[in-house]
Amino acid sequence: MTAEAPAHTEEHHTSTGLSNEKLAMWVFLGSECLLFGGLISTYMFNKGRIGPDDVGPNDVFDIPFTSVSSFVLLMSSLTMVFAVSSIARGDLRGNRIWLAATAALGVTFVAGQVYEFTAFYSEGLGFTTNLFGSAFYALTGFHGAHVTIGIVMLMSLLVMSMRGNLGPERAETVEIIGLYWHFVDIVWIVIFTIVYLFPQ
Amino acid sequence: MATVTPDSADTAHASDESMREATPTAHAPEEHASAGGHAHPSNWLYVKVAIYLALLTAFEVFTYFETVHGWGDTAIIIMLVIMMLLKFFLVVAFFMHLKFDSPIFWRLFVFGLILAMAVYMVMLTAFRFW
Repeated sequence: MTAEAPAHTEEHHTSTGLSNEKLAMWVFLGSECLLFGGLISTYMFNKGRIGPDDVGPNDVFDIPFTSVSSFVLLMSSLTMVFAVSSIARGDLRGNRIWLAATAALGVTFVAGQVYEFTAFYSEGLGFTTNLFGSAFYALTGFHGAHVTIGIVMLMSLLVMSMRGNLGPERAETVEIIGLYWHFVDIVWIVIFTIVYLFPQ
Repeated sequence: MATVTPDSADTAHASDESMREATPTAHAPEEHASAGGHAHPSNWLYVKVAIYLALLTAFEVFTYFETVHGWGDTAIIIMLVIMMLLKFFLVVAFFMHLKFDSPIFWRLFVFGLILAMAVYMVMLTAFRFW
């Protein structure tokens, strides 16, 4: 695998000399830290507040399954950076392949989450069963919604590319959507450790 | 402040060109800079980062199994947090390009992150979580 110099050479005529769109995405991601921080701390606070006969984390979590899901999402970040680097060097076909691969891995992750929620529900853990259930579904559900929005954005890029509207001059658009996708990945890195792997 | 005339800019550009020719390995072998001065890592570096992420994840999952529970919950939590932070840093620095991009982006993101951590640490403390 070799890398070539990026094809896009545009300069940003802004007061900071930086792209306003990219700056806005970073500000947005900074604010998203507050959203997920609130959900994660609410989960930490409520996960142990269950009755002796209630369904708890140890009763429902399937760590090997969730580990595979986590690996899938991690690898989707790799395919996303390949999508960004391929469009930057003008490789439109490669860009389409990597965008499609990223979206497919994202769909696999969301499908795994839907399966997990269904399995947990059948084992007796509903959204209103106890505080652990409410906090767990709110946190992982919000994350799943973010992944789904990311998939919609990736598919939109793919459609744009197939219609010939996504060339190397718009490499920054792919990079900005890539930032969102990687953010969703790092949020899952935190969720996987704190929610699933911390000793209960 | 020094003013840059077109002539001096051309001279500087030519000088840069000659420097680049004279020192072909001026950049790290796994990075190269675009016209805007923003270096892009090579695909091989991305693959290496992904391998590190996969290995860290495998080790994290390993700590879940009963055989290591004799280590004690505190030791496991400390190890998990260290590995989580390493994975977080690898993705942010390399996949999100913060290592190579303008420091303004880094500051904006870290500001949000630290604010979130501070607010929710205070919240958890107020609710006597610890």
